Amino acid sequence: MTALGALIRRDIRIALRIGGGALIGVLFFLTVVVLMPFAVGPDLALLTRLGPAILWLGALLSSLLTLDRLFTADHEDGSLDLIVMSRTPLELACAAKALAHWLAAGLPLVIATPVLGLLLNLDATATGAVALTLLAGTPALTFIGMIGAALAVTMHRGGLLLAVLVLPLSIPVLIFGVAASQAAIVGPLPFGAPFSILCALSLVSFVIGPFAAATSLRNGLD
Amino acid sequence: MQLSPRLFGRDVRCVRGGREVFTGLAFEAGAGEALAVTGHNGAGKTSLLRLIAGLLLPAGGTIAIESGEGELTVPEQAHYLGHRDALKPALSVAENLTFWADFLGGGTIRPIPDCLAAVGIAHTIDLPAAYLSAGQRRRLSLARLLAVPRLLWLLDEPTAALDVAGQAMFAGLMREHLAGGGLIVAATHGPLGIDTSELRIGN
Repeated sequence: MTALGALIRRDIRIALRIGGGALIGVLFFLTVVVLMPFAVGPDLALLTRLGPAILWLGALLSSLLTLDRLFTADHEDGSLDLIVMSRTPLELACAAKALAHWLAAGLPLVIATPVLGLLLNLDATATGAVALTLLAGTPALTFIGMIGAALAVTMHRGGLLLAVLVLPLSIPVLIFGVAASQAAIVGPLPFGAPFSILCALSLVSFVIGPFAAATSLRNGLD
Repeated sequence: MQLSPRLFGRDVRCVRGGREVFTGLAFEAGAGEALAVTGHNGAGKTSLLRLIAGLLLPAGGTIAIESGEGELTVPEQAHYLGHRDALKPALSVAENLTFWADFLGGGTIRPIPDCLAAVGIAHTIDLPAAYLSAGQRRRLSLARLLAVPRLLWLLDEPTAALDVAGQAMFAGLMREHLAGGGLIVAATHGPLGIDTSELRIGN
C-alpha cells in the first residue's frame, strides 16, 4: 500500500505543479463550454436542451487531451521500466496511476460543472444531475482511456492513435451519461435506469482497464 | 545452511526487430561477484541487461537466480540503472528519491539524507531535479540503489557523466555492495574500478 500511495501522491503532485497538465484539461473544458452559447445563439430553451450534451462532450474531449501523457511521460524518462520491474503488481500500479490522473484531471471537471451550468441556462437540479453523472462517468473515461494510453506507449505514437482507439469505447459512457442527465431534466424516463448503467460501465472499466493496460505494457516494452 | 545466491543465464538468445543480436550466450555470477559486459556498439549489452531485468523477452534460453529471495522473480530482486535517469524535473531531489524508496522498497531502509550524502549531492536536497547537471542526475539515480536494498544491480554505462571523484565514489559503493553479498552486472566500455569477470558479446 505504501508503494501505491507513493505513486498516487507523486502523480498528483506532478500534475498540479507548473507544466503538469492538470489545468490544461479544465481550461479546455471551460473553453469548449463557454464558446458553445456564442455558437448556438441566445435561444435559452435550446441551450437548456443541449446543455448536458455539451458538458459531456467537453468532458470527454478534455479527458482525451490529457490522457495522452498518462504513460508517455514515464516511458520517456525511464520510470516506466522501474514500475514494470517493481514488486508491486503492474495491474495495481496502473490502477493507481489512473486514479491519480482522475483526481488531478477528472475531478476538477466535475467541480467546474456548476459554474458552467449557469452559462447553459441549466437550473440547480439540472446542473446537479449533470455533475452527478460526470462524477460517476468520468472515472470510466479515464480507465478506458488508460488502455489506449498504454497501447500508444508501446506503439511509440500517441496522440491521434489514442483518440481512434478510445473514442469507440467511450461512446456508451457518453450515451448513458447524457441520457441520465436528460432524464433528470426533462424526463420522461426515470433517472435511475441510465444512471445505473453508467455506474456499471464505470465498475466494468475499473476491472478491465488496469488488466488490459498492464498486459499491453508488459508485452510492448523494448 | 543458507546457500549463497547465484545468477545464471543459459543459452540465451536475443532477437530485436527480426534481427538476431546474440545467441547461445551463457553467463554466471555468484554472490559478491561482478560481471562486466563488454562488446562493440550494438553488440547487445543493453539488450542483455534488459533481458535480465525482464523488460525484454528472451527468444530462447533461461535467466534465473538460484537461492535468491523466496518466490521473487529476477526483476523483483534487481535494480536497473539505465541510460535514462527516471527522474521527474518538477519534483525536488528529496521528493524524487523518497518516491522511489517508497515505491520500490515500501518504506526506506536508509534515510534519504544519508543516501544523498553517500553519493555527494546532500546540498541539492531541496532543489528541483530540473536544475541538476548530468553528473548530479546520475548521482541521484545511484542514490536509488542505496535507498532500497536489492540483491542484483544491473548497471548500463553507470559511470557515464560522472567525474573522476564520482567514479571513485561509485567504485567504493559497488565494493560495499559486493562485500555485502550482492551481485553486479554492468555494461561498460571503461574500467569500473573493481574486480570483475568479463563477459564479451560479439567479437
